[in-house]
Amino acid sequence: MSLKEKLQSSYLAFEDHLQADSPLHDVRNKAMKSFETKGFPSKKEEAWKYTSLNALLNKEYSIFPKNDTAIEFKDVKKYFLNDIDTYKVVFIDGVYSSFLSQITHDVIDVCLMSSALNKSKYSSIIETYFNKAANSDSLTCLNTAFAKEGAYIRIAKHKEAQKPIEIINFATGTEAATMLQPRNLIIVEENAHVQIIERHQSLNDNEVLTNSVTEIFLEKRANVDYYKIQNDTQNASLIDSTFIQQQRESICSVHTFSFGGKLTRNNLNFKQLGEHCDSILNGVTMIEDKQHVDHNTLVHHIAENCESHQDYKGIFDDSATGVFNGKVYVEKQAQKLDAFQKNNNILISNKATINAKPQLEIFADDVKCSHGCTIGQLDQEALFYLRSRGIAKKEARALLMYAFANTVLEGVKIPELKGRINKLIANKIGVNLGFDL
Amino acid sequence: MLQIKDVYASVEEKDILKGISLSVNAGEVHAIMGPNGAGKSTLASIIAGKEEFELTKGHITIDGEDITELDAEERAHKGVFLSFQYPVEIPGVSVTNFIKTAINENRKAKGLKDMPASEMLKKIKEKADLLEIDRKFLSRSLNVGFSGGEKKRNEIFQMAMLEPKLAILDETDSGLDIDALKVVANGVNKLKNKDNAVIVITHYQRLLDYIVPDFVHVIMDGKIVKSGTKQLAYELEEKGYDWIKEELV
Repeated sequence: MSLKEKLQSSYLAFEDHLQADSPLHDVRNKAMKSFETKGFPSKKEEAWKYTSLNALLNKEYSIFPKNDTAIEFKDVKKYFLNDIDTYKVVFIDGVYSSFLSQITHDVIDVCLMSSALNKSKYSSIIETYFNKAANSDSLTCLNTAFAKEGAYIRIAKHKEAQKPIEIINFATGTEAATMLQPRNLIIVEENAHVQIIERHQSLNDNEVLTNSVTEIFLEKRANVDYYKIQNDTQNASLIDSTFIQQQRESICSVHTFSFGGKLTRNNLNFKQLGEHCDSILNGVTMIEDKQHVDHNTLVHHIAENCESHQDYKGIFDDSATGVFNGKVYVEKQAQKLDAFQKNNNILISNKATINAKPQLEIFADDVKCSHGCTIGQLDQEALFYLRSRGIAKKEARALLMYAFANTVLEGVKIPELKGRINKLIANKIGVNLGFDL
Repeated sequence: MLQIKDVYASVEEKDILKGISLSVNAGEVHAIMGPNGAGKSTLASIIAGKEEFELTKGHITIDGEDITELDAEERAHKGVFLSFQYPVEIPGVSVTNFIKTAINENRKAKGLKDMPASEMLKKIKEKADLLEIDRKFLSRSLNVGFSGGEKKRNEIFQMAMLEPKLAILDETDSGLDIDALKVVANGVNKLKNKDNAVIVITHYQRLLDYIVPDFVHVIMDGKIVKSGTKQLAYELEEKGYDWIKEELV
């Protein structure tokens, strides 16, 4: 049975448990039909030209994995930002872990998607927001059909989340292959502020395929800093789709750190609906072996006087492959905007590959749009300069990589997180440089 | 201290140095002069261990130890310092972080622990004052947007921090106005002592008014063709290099 067929039959079983009269029922059925028609994306599609899912689709995934594996906090502590206090929404194999979580309903809602989807007091919110920002590509539809758990976050008007929120999805790898489909919904109301850190983490080397969808709504003057830490094990793959809708004067930054995993695809979509919005898309990709990271970004400018800034840095070693497909779409009425896109790549080995494809589609005539893309190697002259000062080759290379990624790293506004990312990079390069940029 | 014995070197199969021998003792200042393309910078690079330059024949020793097979960083650990003619810009690394890393990497190579932060700060302040370097300058990205003078001053600041046994100053005077030149030269002179040595590579005699050499060598076509005292530098300034060429014929 193909994965698609397996998903179809699993859906029928899943659907049986759902309330037939729920308005969501139609949404799910429609989404499933759409997935059935489109199927998994193939390399024939322009947006998937450089990323093939074929090797992932022939595994025998468990669609609703058993979840009887207990996790001890001490074993997973390192995946949390444990030196500061945070809200935590934690899932183990797709099921909420109250033991590892710290949620709240006090002024702000940091809780569960399952509550939001099933409890009547949330029904008007779900009707207003659920699946309203997401697009209808096949994998997003698949997630919508199966959506039942994830983080639900709502920050009320003029409120600020006092602590960062960590959303962590653990996969225990109890079964040989697991498929997970978390679904997050985040609503940040007028003038509210939140910082969120998202992570998908496998706890062993079994196959995991995560098809995650997150919708984020920013009302007027809302402010969101979102950090994605992707440093998963060698057989864990992630398709992460994030859809963001911004109302006027809101600011949203998404920082994606892709350091590990078998295949990672980031679909990051911004839609600016009101004037004076600012969208910030930052990324550092640092991978090796046969790892693959694909960044597919879209900033859709609809309103006037807005800004968007993209800065993606990539360092590829061994036979690693990277894709940067960044699109800026400017509607005719989106005048006086400032859109900037930068993608710089370093290929460390001769076998590493990057496919970079910046795209600007501009229908307005009074805008400032620019993009730049570079592909190169570590600067040999700079390397000699550092070594001539007594810095060993490995450390000198590390220093140059840090320096290369610095413009993105300095955008991390949580100092503890920044320290953590610095450490992840140092571990990755195999140096013990206490290098504080 | 430094012994260069019959060194031949090439870059991309082009012969640049064709049999250079030079002996530098502790406490001495040597000037190396010569026309463009004579091999002055190649000599500096080959002592510092730049990989693109291939030493095809001969040996370089520091205190009797052959360093010709050593990497650039290992030579630095032995006390070799090269002040670059064109210091490299490295965005994202501040001057302070860079020098801290360099000092601690040198200490690590010697089996020492990192320098305590307070000692490091004190040393940075002391050496920055010596070279009249503004504190704000130290938090800027290494060489990025620096003027020619700032770049050279920064090189000498690094030298002051690292306290090398042998400092090679490659065209440190180029791009400097007279005031900056005086500051840099004054810095070098203060760092000079009986245990270290300096090799000054320059086109012009001007710098040698401030950093006074014990010996002056002229390189032409990859060879040292004439050696003398400071007087030789004045002659070169006055008459150019042609008379040496004629002498050689």
